[in-house]
Amino acid sequence: MATTTEPVVTSAKAGLQPLLAIRNVAKSFGRNPVLRDISLQIAEGEFLTILGESGSGKTTLLRIIAGFESADSGEILMEGERLDVLPPYRRRVNTVFQNYALFPHLTVEENVGYGLRVTKLPKTEIADRVTEALAMVKMTAFAKSKPAKISGGQQQRIALARALVNRPRLLLLDEPLSALDANLRRQMQVELKSLQREVGISFVFVTHDQEEAMVMSDRIALLRMGELEQVASPREIYSHPATAYTAQFIGHTNLLRGEIKSGIVHCNSLSWRVGLPEGPALFSLRPENIRIVPPATDNADVNVVTFHGKIRHQAFHGATELLQVVCDDGHTLSVRTATREQRQGDLHLEFSPMDAVPVRESAISTSGERG
Amino acid sequence: MFSRAYRAAITLPPLIWVVLFLLIPYGLLFCYSFWSVSPSQTIVHSWTLDNYRELFRVNVYLQTLVRSMWIAARVMTFSLLLGYPLAYFLSFYAGPRKDLFYQLVIIPLWVSYLVRAYAWKTILGSDGVLNTLLQYVHLTKHPLEFLLYSPFAVVLTLTHIYTPFTVLPIYAALEHIPRNLVEASHDLGASPLQTFWRVIFPLSIPGVLAGATFAFVLSLGDFLAPLLLGGPSGIMISNIVVSLFGAAYNWPLGAAISLCMLILVVSLLFLSEKLEKKWSFR
Repeated sequence: MATTTEPVVTSAKAGLQPLLAIRNVAKSFGRNPVLRDISLQIAEGEFLTILGESGSGKTTLLRIIAGFESADSGEILMEGERLDVLPPYRRRVNTVFQNYALFPHLTVEENVGYGLRVTKLPKTEIADRVTEALAMVKMTAFAKSKPAKISGGQQQRIALARALVNRPRLLLLDEPLSALDANLRRQMQVELKSLQREVGISFVFVTHDQEEAMVMSDRIALLRMGELEQVASPREIYSHPATAYTAQFIGHTNLLRGEIKSGIVHCNSLSWRVGLPEGPALFSLRPENIRIVPPATDNADVNVVTFHGKIRHQAFHGATELLQVVCDDGHTLSVRTATREQRQGDLHLEFSPMDAVPVRESAISTSGERG
Repeated sequence: MFSRAYRAAITLPPLIWVVLFLLIPYGLLFCYSFWSVSPSQTIVHSWTLDNYRELFRVNVYLQTLVRSMWIAARVMTFSLLLGYPLAYFLSFYAGPRKDLFYQLVIIPLWVSYLVRAYAWKTILGSDGVLNTLLQYVHLTKHPLEFLLYSPFAVVLTLTHIYTPFTVLPIYAALEHIPRNLVEASHDLGASPLQTFWRVIFPLSIPGVLAGATFAFVLSLGDFLAPLLLGGPSGIMISNIVVSLFGAAYNWPLGAAISLCMLILVVSLLFLSEKLEKKWSFR
């Protein structure tokens, strides 16, 4: 069972009780468990990302919150009241669907006003709010167009406006950016985040893209095979991953397997002091935390771990490059450094022991290890 | 890409078929409609508009045409009323038994039309199944006469026969509606009923139009059901055409009526296609 770091609420807006509380939710499709015992809280005004690989159950969790699926067990509360017993059309939750799900027979304007019309608001109020919502997503010029006549990015904005115009308590977004190309996607990430700040509505954003999750979220809930692996702010989850899986899934890392004996870690030929109990241990060391140093500084400083290695592979990434370095003991480590033209021969490397973060083994070894 | 010979080889047979069995007969029909019959029962090959004047002068032709359209309209309405709910159920609620139900809709189409029309005759007749039952349970003393040999019998039989023709296109249209649109509608606060009228029904209109066209056009030209079950009050326009080409030996007038029917039907098909295009969004 993965423990979850207590929610770090980033804004003072959070009241005493969370906006949404998911308690022990489980769901199976046939004999195939998709979610096991999920508990998660979402604060008022928070941008929470549910991050996971395909098949991790993230979309199912979202659909349970929206009301399109029902949980086998557990409950969901919104402001202290049961949400999971209501049909989807009675929940003050709106969804932005993965492929937008705009009504093809209605104009952009009619799509945006749909939720207001079915709740039978006065016509003038509908018109005002639709105009306002279209202005918010900068789509006023397209009010009379049919969805088929506008681009994917524009459809995306309309889907957003159609959901937000209802002033939901919570907005669910199911991989809304996955159909956009890379540039537009980055632009929308920024826009979406600033829009969320502006309207102050809680967002639950589902994605498989860890970079997207890092850029946008107040907190990330990492889901793996139907269980929450870790819930924390992007910085926290990146710098202090709780498990080997988290460390590998979010960013790039070196996993160092070692043995602790009387306060000293022995990991291959490397060793450093730690304040951890005896026994086997696993550490995550980010490639950017390993530094290449001039040979002269190769001294016996206790605050750094030094070693030698040879470059086996060099991958250019623009501003930085990723080196595969074979250490003297035969193990390979990834090292990220600023780009430099020529690099050859023996490298002198070091890292601080505090950057080697102890992580738990993940319950079941992952099928496709990612780094 | 393909050689000329190859293209000719695959285009020619259907082309010959169309010319031989469609264009030439229609051409002949067209010509006949402007010819006339001499008192000695031979075709006079000189052009005249008499047949068309006759058509509009003699009340029975127009009356029968209007009656045929009225019967076809009723068949269309009842077929849609029966077919839509069935198609809707099949598409949205049949679940894993979808294919089985679909087959059940199609199976009646395998049974000969003639057999089904005769079956209704045994059900509706004065000594038929229905009347015997009604008398047995003492709902009536005498057999109900209006059941058979009436427009009622024709509408009932044609509705039975053409309902599958409305179910299939409506079902296909409903199957094409992305289910996330239904979810989106619920998500935006629309109840199931609102979702049906605001999303599902508008998006199924092309199927409804196709089904309506099938039912109307096929019923309008029907000849067997009125012949077997219609009686004098249930005569339809095709029966008149048949008798004009047969016993009455007035091919030119028969051709004129057929041509009018053809124009009517082709305009309907054209109109329905226009409307279907207007209501499809893919």
